[in-house]
Amino acid sequence: MNHWTKPASVNLVDLGFMDSRSKLIDLAAFLDRVQRAGQDDDFRVAALKQAIALLSQNEPERAKKVLLSFSDPSTEPIPKATMQGAIGAHKESLKVEAV
Amino acid sequence: MPYIEPHGHMVSRTMYDYEKMALAGCEIICEPAFWAGFDRSSADGFFDYFRQITEYEPKRAARFGIKHFSWLCINPKEAEDTMLADDVMALIPEFLNKPNVLGIGEIGLNKNSRNELLILEKHIQLAADYDQLVLVHTPHLEDKRKGTQLILDALKNHPKIKPERVIIDHVEEHTIQMVLDQGFWAGITLYPESKCTPHRAIDMLESCQAERIWMNSACDWGVSDPLAVPKTMLEMKRRGWTKESIQHVAFDNPVKFMQQSGKFTP
Repeated sequence: MNHWTKPASVNLVDLGFMDSRSKLIDLAAFLDRVQRAGQDDDFRVAALKQAIALLSQNEPERAKKVLLSFSDPSTEPIPKATMQGAIGAHKESLKVEAV
Repeated sequence: MPYIEPHGHMVSRTMYDYEKMALAGCEIICEPAFWAGFDRSSADGFFDYFRQITEYEPKRAARFGIKHFSWLCINPKEAEDTMLADDVMALIPEFLNKPNVLGIGEIGLNKNSRNELLILEKHIQLAADYDQLVLVHTPHLEDKRKGTQLILDALKNHPKIKPERVIIDHVEEHTIQMVLDQGFWAGITLYPESKCTPHRAIDMLESCQAERIWMNSACDWGVSDPLAVPKTMLEMKRRGWTKESIQHVAFDNPVKFMQQSGKFTP
């Protein structure tokens, strides 16, 4: 049995605009900072720029698309784990033009 | 409002954290076995750890009126060493009869390696042999989508595993639908930077109508917040959720899943 009750309508822009504005400016400042430092050739920065382009899409699946753009697209297990952590972006899956 | 923390690594937290959680309405904490921030050198270390989360943490929780349950396994970060993993898994059956042990977890994958997958499959067999619930950890960041698919395939390949008795944790927007579509439960982890924020969690809950989903803080040794669940409940209220709908996600859903163990009582 589904207990779902749709939430009451609230102004989501009121709730989220200032937080999103702040995060966007932080992102812009980060790109400025790494560029000034000559570090914008890092593949992770390229991955960020590739993901930013996805924000202009019209379908409400931007978060999913951004996550997929950072993801390892391969399907087979790797031979051995040589590290325990994760980096946040997958180098080999970057489109050539974004690097 | 009362809530359940269905995935909290309390060995990493202080008594002050227990107190804050109790004050915020936490009535039950469930603690999966995990990586403690460094690799253990022998199965003896895991034996002590299993005793800690099945015997000692329940006593700490009880001081604040909180019930404590646990899950047992060797986590995927330490599963690359298959000999160690086999030794640890051999310890698990003697703990499964304890009244506060709910099942096998958090098993899964970390870097999606062959050895990790081998140990995952052995854990799945262990769960099938002892008719246990399963709690699954999915990999981090760029490894999550691939790892989630490998995990779902391994689970679906076992004839005795019932999806409704398995929860796949740490889902995000790109993995939640594949988990729910195949009949599994999904866990959303509220964790700064590397997993999910309260607003993203609520977006997913609304998109999926909050069925077969729980939310948790993980609250481990990393930068994490043991009050992430009640803070998200507050955001749900601000976003127009009724008290009943909030309780459905924060209390009723975890109860519904974990009661399948036959040991869990709210």
